[in-house]
Amino acid sequence: MSSNADIYHEMIVDYSRNPINYGEIENHDVTFHDSNPLCGDSIDIDMKIDENKVTDIKFHGKGCAICMACSSVLTEITKGKSIDEARAIEKNDVLSELGLEHLQAVRIKCALLSLKVLKSALYTYIGKNLEDTSDVDKLKEEAANLY
Amino acid sequence: MQSTESLFENIRKDFPILQRTVRDNKPLVYLDNASTTQKPNQVINSITDYYQNHNANIHRAVYALAEEATEAYESTRDKIANFINIKDRQEIIFVRGTTEAINLVAYAWGRPHINEGDIIVTTEYEHHSNIVPWQLLTQEKRAKLEYIGMDDNGELILDDLDKYLATGKVKLVTFSLMSNVLGTITDAKTIIEKCKAAGVPTLIDGAQAVPHMKVDLEKLGCDFFAFSGHKMLGPTGIGVLWVKKSVLETMNPFHGGGDMIREVHKYETTWNDLPYKFEAGTPNIADVVGLGSAIDYLTKIGMDNVREHEIELTRYAIEKLSEVKGLHIYGTTDISKRGGVISFNFADVHPHDVAQIIDEEGIAVRSGHHCAQVLMERLNVAATSRASFYIYNTKDDIDILVNSLNTVAKVFKL
Repeated sequence: MSSNADIYHEMIVDYSRNPINYGEIENHDVTFHDSNPLCGDSIDIDMKIDENKVTDIKFHGKGCAICMACSSVLTEITKGKSIDEARAIEKNDVLSELGLEHLQAVRIKCALLSLKVLKSALYTYIGKNLEDTSDVDKLKEEAANLY
Repeated sequence: MQSTESLFENIRKDFPILQRTVRDNKPLVYLDNASTTQKPNQVINSITDYYQNHNANIHRAVYALAEEATEAYESTRDKIANFINIKDRQEIIFVRGTTEAINLVAYAWGRPHINEGDIIVTTEYEHHSNIVPWQLLTQEKRAKLEYIGMDDNGELILDDLDKYLATGKVKLVTFSLMSNVLGTITDAKTIIEKCKAAGVPTLIDGAQAVPHMKVDLEKLGCDFFAFSGHKMLGPTGIGVLWVKKSVLETMNPFHGGGDMIREVHKYETTWNDLPYKFEAGTPNIADVVGLGSAIDYLTKIGMDNVREHEIELTRYAIEKLSEVKGLHIYGTTDISKRGGVISFNFADVHPHDVAQIIDEEGIAVRSGHHCAQVLMERLNVAATSRASFYIYNTKDDIDILVNSLNTVAKVFKL
């Protein structure tokens, strides 16, 4: 069995040192903030959305290496996707990218905080800007029950 | 007489959990004592013995078991009185822990005494349990909550207290005797002197102090004092609130129910004597018994010896940790002003990552905000790693911790 410390491979450490898409978008179309009450990880995501497409996405905040690496990967995956594609992103799309599928329960919230924030940002955007808001509640529920 | 050193060498044998291994057969190095402590056999056995031989509800029934259970429960009250030097056992109220004790004061004392425009003063290095109950109270009453600031050395800026006292509006000053993050020992004497001169009552959160040093309430002269059993070898779910009788007599009940009453009629009730007025319902009898054993255990060692042992460990740990490149220790390095709690950050590595990596070596340290987010904001950090010591820790534990940081450095290419 691999040890828990094995999760700290090269990619995680590199992403935590040099996060991708880190920063703020000045003229964002939507922004959302959330944190994990127990550990204090805290993430904001800003998005630029044109014609239902995520044309730019950045995150900022404080978090552990797992949180930072997953936020980097998530924003990479999301950039360029349509809203429908973005909302279809699942836990494992992020975790598998970093080999974190078997992350222990206590750390899973570090890995998935940014995905929760992304989903929340999406329902915020849809609720405010789109005519068809029928799925907003489902998306809210998805965000709330992610971990 | 046994030398102090051999006294502490033998202590580990009393703690079954310290004999186990974790994570791939690594001996357990338990350094999260500010959070909760491990339990010696003496405490564990006293709880088993209570349930096996004496279990009954207390205070009412006349049969033999009830008498024994009552005696076991009430004898802990006397042990507490001796332990923290209180003359009147009626001033000691059993609660679930420090959190409940402070909430009890905020509710039962705060509601009848705090009015619009009043000020309650706390400090920047409080645990959430000494902040949030006061936020709830001051919001409800349109009163104000103010903070005594902290300097870069981790000590309180008492000029702030003078400033608030000068307004004449302060109704309570509440502070911890030892910070759960920095280990700073508060200058309680000066604070209480200032408050007494201004006629303002004081509450002390003793959760971190009582387990680690001799505390003498008569000398301190505060009005309210709270601490928890589980941070001093006792079981979880039991703690103590002490309130000066003259103040206790001005307080409303906290919970209504059985045992706290004298007479109940359809529309009115009279209250039981102190302290039972504040102990509604069947209390946590078994854990009160366990707390009594914990006090016996600590009394046998002697609280001055406990403090001496921790000073030795803290001095050693600060010395060794200071040699680690990139490691920053928070708070004062003056050992006489701090307890055995060391918060640190290691270069730019997040405390959760430090904790997870060294967990592989069997080391239990805490990482996070330690229920002190106001302090984290003041320190301008999201989190810290925290190692905290107790009677069973050794210099070997500290060496293992310091060595494990090499692994962290390697993983994060420091």
